[in-house]
Amino acid sequence: MKVLYFSWIKDKLGKSHEEIQVSDNIKTINDLITLLKQNNENYKDVFKDTSSIKVSINMETARFEDSINENDEVAFFPPMTGG
Amino acid sequence: MIKVQEEDFSLTDEITFLKKRCNNIGALSTFIGIVRDKREDEKLVSMTLEHYPGMTEKMLNKINSEALSRWDLLDTTIIHRYGKLLPGEQIVLVITASKHRKEAIESCHFIIDWLKTKGPFWKYEKTVDKGFWVDAKSQDLDEELKWNN
Repeated sequence: MKVLYFSWIKDKLGKSHEEIQVSDNIKTINDLITLLKQNNENYKDVFKDTSSIKVSINMETARFEDSINENDEVAFFPPMTGG
Repeated sequence: MIKVQEEDFSLTDEITFLKKRCNNIGALSTFIGIVRDKREDEKLVSMTLEHYPGMTEKMLNKINSEALSRWDLLDTTIIHRYGKLLPGEQIVLVITASKHRKEAIESCHFIIDWLKTKGPFWKYEKTVDKGFWVDAKSQDLDEELKWNN
């Protein structure tokens, strides 16, 4: 699964994207976050308060309880500041 | 017409292009967002706009379609820049064209309000000695929500 990071999340993790091997028990965004938090303290810090971050699945805004599949592109970012 | 680009744009040229694309225009409304020269009281050196290529075009198309469905418009132009911008530079352009003024003015206001909170852009501001990711403003969310009524 391709996972992308933007803004301060990218800075905190030191990467803009990565490929994650997901097993069958990763069914939702929340499951993916639990998996990512096992990586290191930076991931734990980024995902400690999910009310301050947003998520998209295949470039569509999504919710943390939404289902994901192996071929999806998931992105994490703070609230948008366009315009 | 939607464009996501690094380069600057010309309001005059874009109005000319839009007028060539449609007939019987009675009203044009325009909005241009500009990089301010201060961050709070500090001098701003630059503002860099990061975006999510692909999702940006998708979201701008959605916002544009929503405007076209809510108002009787002849055509629209949305241009949003990304990359490093200096104080005074143009960030975003919205033009809406209609037969009568109300539709053009309201839809232009709607598009920029939705771009603020739904356009996948993130602003990084640099002052002389520091850098900051700009936080989303709750006021912008209120402005977006008012269009739900």
